[in-house]
Amino acid sequence: MTTTPANTNGYNDEVVKLFTVASLFWGVVGMLAGLWLALELTWPALNLGEYLNFGRLRPVHTSGVIFAFGGNVLFATSYYVVQRTCQVRLWNDALAKFTFWGYQLFIVLAASGYLMGITEGKEYAEPEWYSKLWLTIVWVAYLATFLGTVIIRREPHIYVANWFFLSFIITIAVLHITNGLSLPVSLFGTKSYSLFAGVQSAMIQWWYGHNAVGFFLTAGFLGIMYYFIPKQANRPVYSYRLSILHFWSLIFIYIWAGPHHLHYTALPDWAQTLGMTFSIMLWMPSWGGMINGIMTLSGAWHKLRDDPILQFMIVALAFYGMSTFEGPLMSIKEVNALSHYTNWTIGHVHSGALGWVAFISFGALYHMVPKLWKRDGMYSVKLISLHLWVSTIGIVLYITSMWAAGITQGLMWRSYDKLGFLQYSFSESVQAMHPFYIIRALGGALYLAGALIMIYNMWKTIKGCSNCNCQKA
Amino acid sequence: MANDNNKHEIDQVTGIETTGHEWDGLKELNNPAPRWWLWVFYATIVFAIGYWAVYPAWPTLTGFTGGSKNWSEYSQLKEHQGEITAMRAKYEARFTAADLKTIQNDPELYEYARAGGAIAFKNNCAACHGAGAQGGYGYPNLNDDDWLWGGTLDQIYTTIRYGVRSTSDQTRISQMPAFGRDDLLSREEIEAVAEYVQKMHLGDKAEKTATYEKGKEVYANNCASCHGETGDGNQDVGAPRLNDDIWLYGGDRASIINSIANPHAGVMPTWEGRLSDSTIKQLAIYVHSLGGGK
Repeated sequence: MTTTPANTNGYNDEVVKLFTVASLFWGVVGMLAGLWLALELTWPALNLGEYLNFGRLRPVHTSGVIFAFGGNVLFATSYYVVQRTCQVRLWNDALAKFTFWGYQLFIVLAASGYLMGITEGKEYAEPEWYSKLWLTIVWVAYLATFLGTVIIRREPHIYVANWFFLSFIITIAVLHITNGLSLPVSLFGTKSYSLFAGVQSAMIQWWYGHNAVGFFLTAGFLGIMYYFIPKQANRPVYSYRLSILHFWSLIFIYIWAGPHHLHYTALPDWAQTLGMTFSIMLWMPSWGGMINGIMTLSGAWHKLRDDPILQFMIVALAFYGMSTFEGPLMSIKEVNALSHYTNWTIGHVHSGALGWVAFISFGALYHMVPKLWKRDGMYSVKLISLHLWVSTIGIVLYITSMWAAGITQGLMWRSYDKLGFLQYSFSESVQAMHPFYIIRALGGALYLAGALIMIYNMWKTIKGCSNCNCQKA
Repeated sequence: MANDNNKHEIDQVTGIETTGHEWDGLKELNNPAPRWWLWVFYATIVFAIGYWAVYPAWPTLTGFTGGSKNWSEYSQLKEHQGEITAMRAKYEARFTAADLKTIQNDPELYEYARAGGAIAFKNNCAACHGAGAQGGYGYPNLNDDDWLWGGTLDQIYTTIRYGVRSTSDQTRISQMPAFGRDDLLSREEIEAVAEYVQKMHLGDKAEKTATYEKGKEVYANNCASCHGETGDGNQDVGAPRLNDDIWLYGGDRASIINSIANPHAGVMPTWEGRLSDSTIKQLAIYVHSLGGGK
């Protein structure tokens, strides 16, 4: 079938460029904060002053990498993809530009609040009411821009990547608004209190929290995967039917899984059971995306050999597959009884975040940047390869140390002697973490180093390469 | 939607038909979802349904489906705690009934007390007294034989159970006068007695300056009634021994002056009601065994 190729100059790539540059900037900020926190845990003397103390810096790291880095990548790629797969320019340029500046303002409002101790204290939903209200406005503008573009599309069908992007945008809006319902203490004060209390508050919070993982970090980045892997490999998506099945099963089942964050708490048993069983049923729907992505290379595996951009994407899917197996495993109550509140959880999160979310982002950015700035290719393919290896070693150090640390903690906490007395105190389990924390910080430092290599490479690419041997795409 | 009527093309590499759609050059193959994927998916659904039959699962109008096992997280907690109780059962009844002297002379009960006391110490006492009971500024070292309120088993037990200047009715309590804050002694006198007290552990070897002699006199009139003529202290009122070189709040001149002018009156909480009597006995035996027990 043939469609009239739109004039590529007709795409609004200016806003995509802005989001791309912002994602690189916030990525470094977020990762740097993460590394500093890792060092603080290893050597607590590094909790310098009130602004850099662990409690205030932690949300700067988590929001920084998830919402500032990940969010800007999602904006950039979704705008890039929706225009190309709908063959139209973004529905409204002014609105798109507003989403850029509005979103950056949200990040600054939220992060400056964290450092000043202004927080709602809800994990991954720390911003106080005024930042949340502002984000709601920006998000509705995002939905309007994206959906508007889909509506005016010049293609008969909506491409699978756009289903994922749309489900991510809509669901995040619902989650954010519901969990964010709170009553400000005063009109000009920063403090507010959640509308929910007690176990209801916890339930709503983890319904939000888990689906931030499900829809922001999974559905959104699957949208990226569904465009950039077939595009980079120049192969058709493996199975249309699989994409339908796993899309609908994923979004239907994910939304139930939140209570697995509240095993063995005041949450009623029945809700815990539903959280656990839906998490187990989520295993295959999650893997559908991995299968579809990896099998897209069937018949063209040789492309994987010399293309580090494709390698990034496929390694991302491997980590995606591993984390989405580990997640259901950890949701099983007996496993959770060991893993909960330990560093195993931290390891799990980071295999997903570093391995899947950031790697698929890096792949997409390496693909997009030369096209956005109209270059033949990236400045250096060797540096992409170096980035891949440095970061992969970083991830391996990170997650293996955290697995070992988490299982050590879990076992120490439940270890009884033959007389029926606990063998270890809590502080001894803290002491035992020290060597693992050193390894983890090293892993994080390598990962950050990889990101800096990428930024150098992109800077050289964007700057132009009249005097260097720019690689052909 | 006219495009849908176009013939679906065959992908050259795999020989699989495409769906006939194309976006920005992207196509989709019409492969079925892998069988194994579907079967594992079904298996997880079957597992979930089976799990719902056994455990509490779905909310109903009046409550929730309880499941065949009649399980709750509280029943599991009870079961696990039962295992611990069972492990301790061999000694616990005998231990609870026995007095401290009996326990000390029964090797099995003594070992039991030491094991229980060690972990109870790490979880409850180490925060102030240190993981090795080495103490610190304001928190006595429990490894030596310098006791504020006595180092026999019974004395240690009483201190742990009721605390020092705690909220308990039976707390160990005493109050050293604030010689500086309440203007009981002049600055000069306090400095003098500080010099004397600082040198007490030197005995006759102390350099006897004029200030020292003056301090000695101040000491005899104001301090000796509790801390003793020669500075041996008095464990009945928790008055520390002053003729050794062990200092709870620092042994330099400024610290001693400060302790006389504004006594610290340190507090240790009562553990009665918070720890079981059995655990308090274990702790008493454990602390007594650390090296300084009388």
